[in-house]
Amino acid sequence: MHDYSNNHNRHATVPALLVDELSVSFSMYGRGTAKADLDAIRALSLDVMPGELLAVVGASGSGKSVLAHAVMGILPKNARVGGRILYRGEPLTEKRLGALRGTEIAFIPQAVDYLDPLMRVDRQVIGTRGTRAAQEEIFARYRLAPEVGRQYPFQLSGGMARRVLFATAAVGGDVKLVVADEPTPGLGPDLCAKMMNHFRQFADAGAGVLLITHDVDLALGYADRVAVFYAGVTVEIATAAEFASGGAALRHPYSRAFADALPQNAFRPIPGRQPYAGGLGKGCPFFDRCTERRTDCASGDVPMRALRGGKVRCLHAT
Amino acid sequence: MRLEAKDIRFRYGGGSGARGGDGRSGWVLDGVSLSVEAGERVGLVGPSGCGKTTLAKILAGYLAPTSGSVLLDGAPLPARGYCPVQMIFQHPELSVNPRWTMRRILTENWTPDAALADALGLEDAWMNRWPAELSGGELQRFCIARVLGPRTRFLLCDEISTMLDAITQAQVWRLLLDVAEQNRLGLLVVTHNPALAARVCTRVVEMG
Ligand code: SF4
Repeated sequence: MHDYSNNHNRHATVPALLVDELSVSFSMYGRGTAKADLDAIRALSLDVMPGELLAVVGASGSGKSVLAHAVMGILPKNARVGGRILYRGEPLTEKRLGALRGTEIAFIPQAVDYLDPLMRVDRQVIGTRGTRAAQEEIFARYRLAPEVGRQYPFQLSGGMARRVLFATAAVGGDVKLVVADEPTPGLGPDLCAKMMNHFRQFADAGAGVLLITHDVDLALGYADRVAVFYAGVTVEIATAAEFASGGAALRHPYSRAFADALPQNAFRPIPGRQPYAGGLGKGCPFFDRCTERRTDCASGDVPMRALRGGKVRCLHAT
Repeated sequence: MRLEAKDIRFRYGGGSGARGGDGRSGWVLDGVSLSVEAGERVGLVGPSGCGKTTLAKILAGYLAPTSGSVLLDGAPLPARGYCPVQMIFQHPELSVNPRWTMRRILTENWTPDAALADALGLEDAWMNRWPAELSGGELQRFCIARVLGPRTRFLLCDEISTMLDAITQAQVWRLLLDVAEQNRLGLLVVTHNPALAARVCTRVVEMG
């Protein structure tokens, strides 16, 4: 991993967000319970440059949502966190987050229950820094009828609630980092495209956009790079173009299997399941499913390394 | 065998003047007809809000149409007993009883054999757990297994793999297609993904 943190005079090279070997485990659930294993992450590393849209893809349980929660400082109290999270070169402390959330850092959460159930929708969207005009403008853009503003969250459909969440994050502020955690389920293709265009516009205006999604097809049309997660580790960082071209251009055996399983490619699944990160010992987490494994993959450390302009966490990738 | 929707009209609230939340006129479905034969896999695509899910729920008997009829081989769906038309939803966490163990959820209507459980990766260790202890992808595989019993004739699949990763999606669909073939099931596949529709469907119907 590059260390950008001491590089104050070349701002274009300071990532909007740098996540360096982030690990999260949960203590209070008790050791080895399903939930703790499910949510644990072992080693996530990625960077999002200003002007860039980075998509995070991987199976559920790969650590995608835990990443968003770690960045936004909303992990449960029993979480133990290791590694570093830097926003524009400085650690993202709780205090800094408090000041930046909703102004420079926009968060679009996955769960629609982030909406305040007791507050009318329009008041939530206006929040503390939006205006009535800005709220009406963004409602019009996302085809939310004016009367939706007068409703309460329980009266909204899932797709509408999601559009309201986006409106809440996007109104006002000088956004430099967007963190979106599965923003599109429940939206039809037309609205998905609209929302992705909006993320792209944020990036083109100079913000870094971290898009966590299960919808690879959708993300590939808009992302610059893709980070592939598996069992709580980042296994590869590739360009969106490499990912879209199918398995051959990719570096990690899991990313290749993932690309091959897409319906527009071979629709061919490899057998087996992703293990829980919390239940894993040493060695490569993909070992039991990997057709290219060798004996040294089972034991030692498998570090992230640079390869062909991207990054890979595999001992034998070429 | 044939599952048919005949001239279905539907709006919420029933009475006149009902309006959808998006401010359009009240009809979610306005005279929709569709039929699925045994052994056929019909894709249903269209923009959000065009009523795909509503139509699937009406075909499954979860919603009563305002007018029009749903016929299974020319007769209404059975009012009691196991319904041969079953639906799988996009969000499995909303379609299981949170107070039941996974074993009870799985075996409510039939007991899948070991080969099926294995093909879907349903681990023994999960059987005594609660739905909240499983991931969405794990839960969804239970929701699929529980409706693949011999009494099911038609399956209504509403964006069932939308929240699965690519590899699990391909695993689940390969298995579903095998079972559908073996049991000569009729499938209605609601999806936003044209590539998936092209892979799994024998024909595609556009709505909206
Ligand atoms: S480190 Fe070894 S087991 Fe892991 S992906 Fe690479 S070749 Fe396969």
